[in-house]
Amino acid sequence: MSGVPAQARVVVIGAGIVGNSMAYHLAQQGWKEIVLIDKGPFPNPGGSTGHASNFIFLTDHSKEMTLFTLDSVRQYKELGVFTQSGGVEVARTAERMDELKRRMASSKAWGIDAELASPAEVKRLVPFINEKIILGGFSTPGIGTVDSLRGGTLMREKAQAMGAVTVVASTEVTAIDVENGRVRRVRTDKGDIETETVVITSGIWSPRLARMAGASIPLSPAVDQMISVGPVPLFADTVGEIKYPIIRDMDTNGYERQHGGDLEVGSYDHRPILWEPDDIPSIGQSKLSPTELPFTKEDFDESLEHALELIPDILGDPRVGIRHAINGLLSLTPDGLPLLGETPEVKGLWSVAAIWIKEAPGIARCVAEWMASGVPEIDPSGSDIARFYDHQKTRAHIRARTAEGFNKTYGIVHPREQWESNRRVRLSPFYEREKALGAVFFETAGWERPNWYASNKPLLEEYGERVMPRRYEWDARWWSPIINAEHLAMRDRVGMVDLSAFAVFDIAGSCALDYMQKMCVVQVNLPVGRVIYTSLLNTSGGIKADLTVMRLGTNHFRVVTGGADGMRDRKWFSDHLPEDGAVQITDLTSSWATIGVWGPRARDLLQSITDADVSNEGFPFGTCRFVDIGPVRALASRISYVGELGWEIYVPFEQGSRLWDAIWDAGQPHRIAPVGIGVYGTTGRLEKCYRAYGNELEQEFNLVETGLARPQVKPQDFIGKEAYLKQRAEPPAVTLCTLTIDDNTSSSGFKRFMMGREPVLSPQGKRLVDRHGRGSYVTSAGSGPSVGKTILMSFLPPEQAKAGTKLAVEYFGEQYPATVAVAGPTPLFDPQNTRVRS
Amino acid sequence: MNILVCIKRVPATAGQITLTPDGQDIDTRYLGFTISPHEECAVEEAVRMIEAHGGITTVLTLGPEAATDQLRDAMALGIERAMLLETDGREWDPVATASAIVQAIEAERAAGRSYDLVLFGNESADSAGYQVGVRVADALDLPCVTGIKAIELADGHATVRRQTESGWETAEVSLPAVLTVKEGLNLPRYPSLPGRLKAKKKEIGRIKPQWQGGGLEKIRLKLPVQAEHTVEILGTNGDAGAQLVEVFQRLRLL
Repeated sequence: MSGVPAQARVVVIGAGIVGNSMAYHLAQQGWKEIVLIDKGPFPNPGGSTGHASNFIFLTDHSKEMTLFTLDSVRQYKELGVFTQSGGVEVARTAERMDELKRRMASSKAWGIDAELASPAEVKRLVPFINEKIILGGFSTPGIGTVDSLRGGTLMREKAQAMGAVTVVASTEVTAIDVENGRVRRVRTDKGDIETETVVITSGIWSPRLARMAGASIPLSPAVDQMISVGPVPLFADTVGEIKYPIIRDMDTNGYERQHGGDLEVGSYDHRPILWEPDDIPSIGQSKLSPTELPFTKEDFDESLEHALELIPDILGDPRVGIRHAINGLLSLTPDGLPLLGETPEVKGLWSVAAIWIKEAPGIARCVAEWMASGVPEIDPSGSDIARFYDHQKTRAHIRARTAEGFNKTYGIVHPREQWESNRRVRLSPFYEREKALGAVFFETAGWERPNWYASNKPLLEEYGERVMPRRYEWDARWWSPIINAEHLAMRDRVGMVDLSAFAVFDIAGSCALDYMQKMCVVQVNLPVGRVIYTSLLNTSGGIKADLTVMRLGTNHFRVVTGGADGMRDRKWFSDHLPEDGAVQITDLTSSWATIGVWGPRARDLLQSITDADVSNEGFPFGTCRFVDIGPVRALASRISYVGELGWEIYVPFEQGSRLWDAIWDAGQPHRIAPVGIGVYGTTGRLEKCYRAYGNELEQEFNLVETGLARPQVKPQDFIGKEAYLKQRAEPPAVTLCTLTIDDNTSSSGFKRFMMGREPVLSPQGKRLVDRHGRGSYVTSAGSGPSVGKTILMSFLPPEQAKAGTKLAVEYFGEQYPATVAVAGPTPLFDPQNTRVRS
Repeated sequence: MNILVCIKRVPATAGQITLTPDGQDIDTRYLGFTISPHEECAVEEAVRMIEAHGGITTVLTLGPEAATDQLRDAMALGIERAMLLETDGREWDPVATASAIVQAIEAERAAGRSYDLVLFGNESADSAGYQVGVRVADALDLPCVTGIKAIELADGHATVRRQTESGWETAEVSLPAVLTVKEGLNLPRYPSLPGRLKAKKKEIGRIKPQWQGGGLEKIRLKLPVQAEHTVEILGTNGDAGAQLVEVFQRLRLL
């Protein structure tokens, strides 16, 4: 075929499993004139799909990724390309055995049938395994393999049969033209295609394609080594592709799967071998394919030895030879999650990249829904490509984090684990002061934020057992009892918290009020100087963002949102700006540093350094104004995410240290404590039952379910209003509840402390499932030092969502009794909210 | 029985060959290295002979340190010993290469190891000089047969066969002898895991032969004009059946 269509509704670039799935799902959404293009031939154009190991393990600790995987399996089954074989993750170490228990908990939370198996039980499932070197396994019967090339072909052909797709093979995209920030056409070596929408499904080549349009898709091609050995005598009589369960040798980062008469052995154990997207060979230059590079034996030798230990009967047989060996290329991202959605740089340019076979069709359905209606069924926020700040799109960051992340592929990754590479990128003006106080820094979106301060160690003595010490290493990892001591000191006296990681946007212009009314759920037409807390919804009433807004002028609003959510929120705001420029958004994140000052003595402290009236009458809760603190003019906002009297104080970045010193010095008579994010993000908010975006707040749950629905709905229109009104009219399928653990003593005598994402079960250990099929799980967990309890939040079905209901929470294979303390948003601590309003 | 197999590290090649900017080498970034299919058969044949008749096999190459990869590959298949005639990466012409190999063989003989059979690939996969085996035989005054596709060993001699346009030629040669073999001699095995792991740990004997400029000097490499390949898609799925039959008939395959 020569030439390409002159125009298209959408051009999908790349026909691996992702591109084919996208073409199909866009056609399902009713889109026509879809062009699916690839520089290679069909059905295997030479990308990572062509050499994938094609097995699907179901359980991931991430809910989002698990939901994508389960949907993908359903689709593969419908296409008839899924072969169920079962799969076992085996443990060689006690620590891994514990991790397998954690995976059991995640399986229960997401509704996957799985069980722990003894070495003898693993041997029964996998007769060729050396069970003597394992401590046990985690067995999932629903695991299997797919023929991803066939699956992709079937989806492509279905889309073609619908008359929706033109397929163009062996045609290279040479440019993507952008005009006024919008995609206009795709240029190829066989002609140009006019289009307003491009979907980059080009796997490891995606960064190159994005760059053609001036956008970034931050991934790195990386090597996954694999070999195929055979002929295996035991497999001689296997009919079809696979009969025995797939093995993941978790502690050595390896896997073994039957493939017909061969056994495939792969590894993520070797040194990270990263490639540059520009260095990948062309099809002609490649010996096998562009993503199947020459095998570097010496990198794999250690993996060979590990595999030989585990599967000696097959791999030790001299008749079984290494018939095929490659350094296969796949895509890695700086945070390990896919890159989905419209790029923030270019309208109409969508990324669907860094995706594994196991999740591709599910993700494609999600993104197609997102493109067509804006409201995907599965919430893709964690994978939204708009999540990255500019510094996270640099080559240095991508290489550092993908190299560090590679060996975590099968790793035991602690929920609070911190990255080690490329740190100290964003430093607040308080950084040196914090360092001097022994701050232990955690990273959020590149910011170094104190999580607690070593200087507060003396508080441990003051509070004794009230700091709820943790003696089990896993629970105490990336944690300190000092967090809880800081918490108590703040509640007793006053604390100061560095909040400079906030993302800050100014929204202004002649139509700013109307615009903000449209964006926000709550009434924003309040007097200048008022501060509101509001959600932003998508059109189906899913929660898109959660933030505060200060009204600084009639048509001037300042939005403050979490650092981790900042770039996604900015895109959401930017996407809805009027085209005529009547409203503008300015990112002031790097202009304003912030300190929160909270606690019973916060007013006394602040009053001692300002002439402004900060009395309750003079500066009521929910208001903001500029105040002079010594020579610094700062914007003070009287709100609190920790449930205490106090202010967020915003200061021009370069004057930050003056503000810090003023507060610190004035705080000494009050015994002020520097307080870390451990309090702000966990203990303080949990005692107050404040919700967090990404934990409780997400697109899959609505405002009624999360307990954030207000008594009144404003008369003005806003995005999601219609859906929200409907949600209010029907009984909620779940209610967000606060639970406490009755007894957190484990069978070994240790007190255990959950961290979130654990399944919430009936006292008999049965899953709780709501009428939409969603299981109950812990959305957030942490200590409540002032209430002396471990606090959890969870969405519970109506029968359970009642104070006093007895339930159980599974953690590392044991079930702990828990009680619903509050159904709905009433705080555990200071339920009347007298402190914040005092 | 003592058998020596001589191999050469060469770039693996793909459809489209790229040269380094100075035209001195093939760009190997995407290719990796290998030995020629002829040499793979030589290695396999040596391993089979020892399996059948007992004895010791040795693999030898002249090349840079990196050529130990190819020696270990051969050992992974069952070759027992390896020798590297280590160069500094410069290319040695056939005269110089043969001379270095002859010296190595003579040194081995002086140390008490003489070879009954020296096997080469018929020609190397990159420069294809067809010379080294013949030159080594000549220098050692050994009988030499080239282009071999079948070898049978009997007491003190070998019966070898090679294919010509008109049929098969059979020759009998007394040992010791030099044979240069061709792909098709046998079907080489794949390395087993234990083989690979054992080979990794084996010692490799090293000799640093004196650099000799031969009579042949490489000026630069030049790519031939590459023929445009055209692909005609006959149809997809079952639709292609009839056309395919037609093509097969045209090619007289049916």
